[in-house]
Amino acid sequence: MADKIATRAAYGEILPQLGKEYPNLVVMDADLSGSTKTAEFRKVFPERFFNMGIAEQNLYGQAAGLALSGKIVCASTFAMFATGRAFEIIRNAIGYTRANVKICATHAGITVGEDGASHQTFEDIALMRTIPGMTVINPSDAVAAKKLIRQAVEMDGPCYVRLGRAAVPVFYKEEDDIVLGKGNLVRDGKDVTIVATGILVSSAWKAAAALAEEGIDARIIDIHTIKPIDEEILVKAAKETGRIVTAEEHSVIGGLGDAVAHALALKCPVPMAMVGQQDVFGESGKPDELREKYGMTSADIVRAVKQLMPSK
Amino acid sequence: MTNKELQEKARQVRVLIIQALHAAGSGHPGGSLSAADIVTELYFEEMNIDPADPKKKGRDKFILSKGHAGPAQYAALAVRGNYPAEDMMSLRKLGSAFQGHPNMHYVPGIEMSTGSLGQGFSAAGGMALANKLDGDPGRIYTLLGDGEIQEGLVWEAAMSASHYKLDNLVAVVDHNGLQIDGKNDDVMTVMPIAEKFAAFGWHVVTINGHDFDEIRAAFAEARACKGRPTAVIAETVKGKGVSFMENQAGWHGKAPNDEQTAQALEDLRQPADEEKGGQA
Repeated sequence: MADKIATRAAYGEILPQLGKEYPNLVVMDADLSGSTKTAEFRKVFPERFFNMGIAEQNLYGQAAGLALSGKIVCASTFAMFATGRAFEIIRNAIGYTRANVKICATHAGITVGEDGASHQTFEDIALMRTIPGMTVINPSDAVAAKKLIRQAVEMDGPCYVRLGRAAVPVFYKEEDDIVLGKGNLVRDGKDVTIVATGILVSSAWKAAAALAEEGIDARIIDIHTIKPIDEEILVKAAKETGRIVTAEEHSVIGGLGDAVAHALALKCPVPMAMVGQQDVFGESGKPDELREKYGMTSADIVRAVKQLMPSK
Repeated sequence: MTNKELQEKARQVRVLIIQALHAAGSGHPGGSLSAADIVTELYFEEMNIDPADPKKKGRDKFILSKGHAGPAQYAALAVRGNYPAEDMMSLRKLGSAFQGHPNMHYVPGIEMSTGSLGQGFSAAGGMALANKLDGDPGRIYTLLGDGEIQEGLVWEAAMSASHYKLDNLVAVVDHNGLQIDGKNDDVMTVMPIAEKFAAFGWHVVTINGHDFDEIRAAFAEARACKGRPTAVIAETVKGKGVSFMENQAGWHGKAPNDEQTAQALEDLRQPADEEKGGQA
């Protein structure tokens, strides 16, 4: 885990490559191309890049029109404004029409940092999950981001791809298999399963190391595709480890925790705990300070696991 | 087509609107009837489309941004021969292809599912952008309600269409002056509409939306206009063609009962029949 790369940087890196391979790929933005990294595409394919200005509703309405005309569209802005402000356009113009639009939204979650609560979204996964036919992807590092963005572009239909601002550890290797819709077994274990998504996957890795020192053998599953969710890997983990802790940089309402609880409540209910934003708004601060204050670190995962373990 | 032939097509469209709404028991007659002549001109004369091949490459596209006027679009496509007119009598019923607001996956010839105001216009801009990018000669036509332009998204889309010089895009505003809660300008001032579009960089033409010569000329003017999109402000009468619905906001969103339907169909009888019946 030597390198730290933001998932948005990985997006900017793979876009020109995908642009070469897919002549019908167009990229759109809403005046944030430097931040979302879509500018990397514009540099190579200016004729296939459309800036819609500070108008997120129109960004996704126009994206729908381009997609319904045969284009693959990656349309980017900050996650807050993509999923919040433009929700109903995404629902009706993209979801209902099954338009081939990839909503690649950056600056999700608390690690937006200093910009504060107005820009820190904890609701985006919840909002996107509710739209029928929407695939919801939350890559955990730069390697996963590139692999999953490619698969999103190659599948037909609407996708939400959640990307982050902050540089985060890279723990996947290029040769690792990361398949849309399949959870990744990151670490095997028998006492408890930490089901994590996004940047909390690397925190889960750290948590598992700390837990191992105390004799607790934790399994880690990376759920990078929150919808459709890999029920098989979750049910297997619930049966084999008997306890589940979810961890995400998102509200515990409507996010990964809810999605996992939903799947397991119907198929294999087990005791669960959820690490995530606890139904409050964020604030300004450094990403690491905020993760600590709002309870989304490896230490929080360790605490949640211990609460679930039977007392000795 | 001659104006007389177009008027007859528009009459058939209006009859189907009334019949389908009566069968449905709900829907939006006022704005469907006000738009009937514009939609007829588009489907029967202006647009390059082929009912036998609704997905033909290079075709023109019509996006009904005021999706609640779906019955006008359904009726025009039926009269145009995309499907039998009887089919649309299932309008708004469970399992019907003819949804309360148009769904592109259910009805051949519908290019975009609409209903949520402003979105059809925005998507139409995206389609015009795509055609520019591809060198596709197809033109994009969209129809907005005058109440619809109260949506902020309309002006975002108006701004981007002129920014990208979409001279292959035509937006018609069905200016009948009324919306659900009453007169536009009592609910929320929309006037002046032409000046607003002009200020957003559009070429603007104002016409009588029930006069086929004027509608035809406006579309010709739009085709000749290079480097910017054209807005056609069509002055219309809400409920046009049905005496008791004309200029009545109350007929925005309700269906006629049996008696009212009989009266409406009487109003919409062929002129030839009227002569036979000796009525003025």
